[in-house]
Amino acid sequence: MELVKPGLGLIFWMTITFSIVLFILSKFAWKPILNSIREREDSINSALNAAEDARKQMSALQADNEKLLNQARAEREVMLKEAQEMKEHIIAQAKKTADEEGQKLIAKANASIESAKINAMNELKTQVAVLSVDLAEKVLRKKMENRAEQEAFVNENLKSITLN
Amino acid sequence: MQYNKRYIFHYLVQVFILAAYLVFTCSTVVAQDHENHNHPSIDSTHSVESTSQTHDATAHASESHGEEKVDAGKLIMEHIADAHDWHIATIGHTHISIPLPIIIKDNAGIKIFLSSKFDHGHATYQGYRLEEGKLIAVNEDGSINQEANFYDLSITKNVASMLISVILLCWIMFSVAASYTNNKGKAPKGLANLIEMAIIFIRDEVAKPSIGSKYAKFLPYLLTIFFFIFINNLFGLIPIFPGGANVTGNIAITLVLAIFTFVITSINGNKSYWGHIFMPPGVPKALWILLVPIEIIGMLNKPIVLMIRLFANITAGHIIILGFFSLIFIFGAMNQGLGLGVSVLSVAFTVFMNFLELLVAFLQAYVFTLLSALYFGSAVEEHHHEEHH
Repeated sequence: MELVKPGLGLIFWMTITFSIVLFILSKFAWKPILNSIREREDSINSALNAAEDARKQMSALQADNEKLLNQARAEREVMLKEAQEMKEHIIAQAKKTADEEGQKLIAKANASIESAKINAMNELKTQVAVLSVDLAEKVLRKKMENRAEQEAFVNENLKSITLN
Repeated sequence: MQYNKRYIFHYLVQVFILAAYLVFTCSTVVAQDHENHNHPSIDSTHSVESTSQTHDATAHASESHGEEKVDAGKLIMEHIADAHDWHIATIGHTHISIPLPIIIKDNAGIKIFLSSKFDHGHATYQGYRLEEGKLIAVNEDGSINQEANFYDLSITKNVASMLISVILLCWIMFSVAASYTNNKGKAPKGLANLIEMAIIFIRDEVAKPSIGSKYAKFLPYLLTIFFFIFINNLFGLIPIFPGGANVTGNIAITLVLAIFTFVITSINGNKSYWGHIFMPPGVPKALWILLVPIEIIGMLNKPIVLMIRLFANITAGHIIILGFFSLIFIFGAMNQGLGLGVSVLSVAFTVFMNFLELLVAFLQAYVFTLLSALYFGSAVEEHHHEEHH
């Protein structure tokens, strides 16, 4: 039974020692240790939060970039398309103008050819007339060398002219 | 309930340890009986082979002033009980021990002297004598003075061991605290890392779930009892100086620890805690006559259970280990070869038990801390719902 009888001296010293230990450890060990642990946990948490925020910002930035890039790409598309259209338009315009000019030139050429032709024809006609008159003169000269024939010819021509 | 699993776990651990305690206490009693039964035969062999027996006898077996009989019960009790000097070994008839201060407060004042003055119980000094490790007052003629009124406040083996462990504990914790201030905001390293693991365990697994939002107030106490019990449990496992004392296996120590928990619980008990004890809600007033005493017993029961659990567990561990060693000498006294044979088995079992004791050292510190935390939790808990009853 000696075992379960608490000794007075031991109770006395234990109470004193434990009280002192409790006080000293609470004040000089647990307080700084627990504070440091809490501070460190807080700093780790805030660092993690900051990292998370940075990650979010980063992804937002990336999304922004993506958007900008897409916008630029679309704009380029549009610009290219416009340029293409303009090119086609210009080419068509040029073709049209060229065609018109050509037509005009052709028409002009045709007209000048026509007028030249008419002139040539007229000249030809005059020449032919001159030649025919010359020829006829020469022929008549040859034929009218004698008087008889001259008279015969005038008569004949007179006969053909009917005076009415 | 939130704590169901934990309660069941505790209950199982308690049952297991109690069973182990009972089994081994029985086995020690059996060993004692067995040994008593064999007294005549041992004495007869003693007479025949007294010369060889004297040489066989080792330090512990020959403690009883050269007698060859092995009193395992006495041996074990001597080892687990408190003492006024720190016994290290006995070689032949020479006791090697560290004398400890004897402090006696009596009507004449305070007397302080070293325990070596008693010459291991052989001498009387200043009217006092050691009898079976207990301090007793004696008259001038040497007879025991029953009327003497004195307080024995000696620095006994347990007190000295406790002081050593407490100094070590403070030194460890101060160095850890210093490493935190020197290493502010950085990861802990070395010893601080190990201690932090335990501190965070107590904070997150014991204090927070048991007490709730008001845990911070109780955390220093919980950490102190955890490390105090743990370090003293470990010191108890060291067989010689500076260990060898059975601090946490002494009922005075566990009594003081339990009283601390009880006082803190009572001081912090809120209206609903005391209301549940003295005015149990939800029951007819006539039943209060029955319920209030039960509640008061329940309230007082908590620290008593704490006290007995720690004391019994640690003492049981010591008894088992000492029992195994005693077996060697009990069998050795019967037959030298048998003793050698049993020693192999005993050593194997003791090694196993030491590992188990390491676990128990942690487990009991944890259980004491956890139950204290649960009691604090019940003291500060706010009851909002009547459906709890």
